[in-house]
Amino acid sequence: MNAHEQEEDRIRQVLQQSLRPVGAEHEPNRDLWPAMLRRLDAKPASTPWFDWALLAGLVAVAALFPSAIPVLLYYL
Amino acid sequence: MATGVKADWDEKELRRDLFAFHRGDMDAFEALFRRHQRALYSWILRIVRNPATAEDLTIETFWRIHQAHARFDPARGFEGWARHIATHVALDWMRSRKTERERTAELADDFAAPALADAAVSAEIRQKTAAAFERLPPKLRIAAVLAVVEGQPHKVVAEALGISVAAVKVRVFRALRLLRKDLEQQGIRP
Repeated sequence: MNAHEQEEDRIRQVLQQSLRPVGAEHEPNRDLWPAMLRRLDAKPASTPWFDWALLAGLVAVAALFPSAIPVLLYYL
Repeated sequence: MATGVKADWDEKELRRDLFAFHRGDMDAFEALFRRHQRALYSWILRIVRNPATAEDLTIETFWRIHQAHARFDPARGFEGWARHIATHVALDWMRSRKTERERTAELADDFAAPALADAAVSAEIRQKTAAAFERLPPKLRIAAVLAVVEGQPHKVVAEALGISVAAVKVRVFRALRLLRKDLEQQGIRP
């Protein structure tokens, strides 16, 4: 194992020491079905105008500066 | 013998529910909800690490599942498809929370402290590591938390994220590298 791999292995161990695994044996504290029904009955929220403005801005940037597309995709 | 017959019956019932759900049947949706809510809740909890948030996101996941019933392919099974949707719901939440976290500088991880800690890693380093991990980009953090912390196979993580196994390995590698850099900037050399 080279020094680089040792460093990666060490940071991996530190992360495992810092965050406890949650594991698979969990269940919700309440019956979620009533909340599910309320969610299904709720009217879908309309998209705010500024979301459309942001989308238009992104399309404009992508059209004017195609080289910026990878940068945009990175931050998505 | 009786167990085998019951398993066959369960399998037939599940297949019937899957096809009925695909057609938009509400009873079939409820049956799938009750059958899979625990597994999806656990999966989301592994990512967001907060029970109340995991409950909300489980509901959001099933809402998206319900909205997408016509696109569901019963032949490909429900579990993997649902887990893929749940993972993206959790990822959306992590992205939306990033701005909020930057405002409040909160660290809400209900599973931050390990039960048994390595004496060589001090409590301060563990705390700073957990905080630095929260600062990673969401798409790197989600790959690292599932693969490194939860020990999920790369193939399972790849399917859940809709990317290749090689891409999962790259994201985990980048997450660990950024984490190390962040800690080094704080004067910590793990």
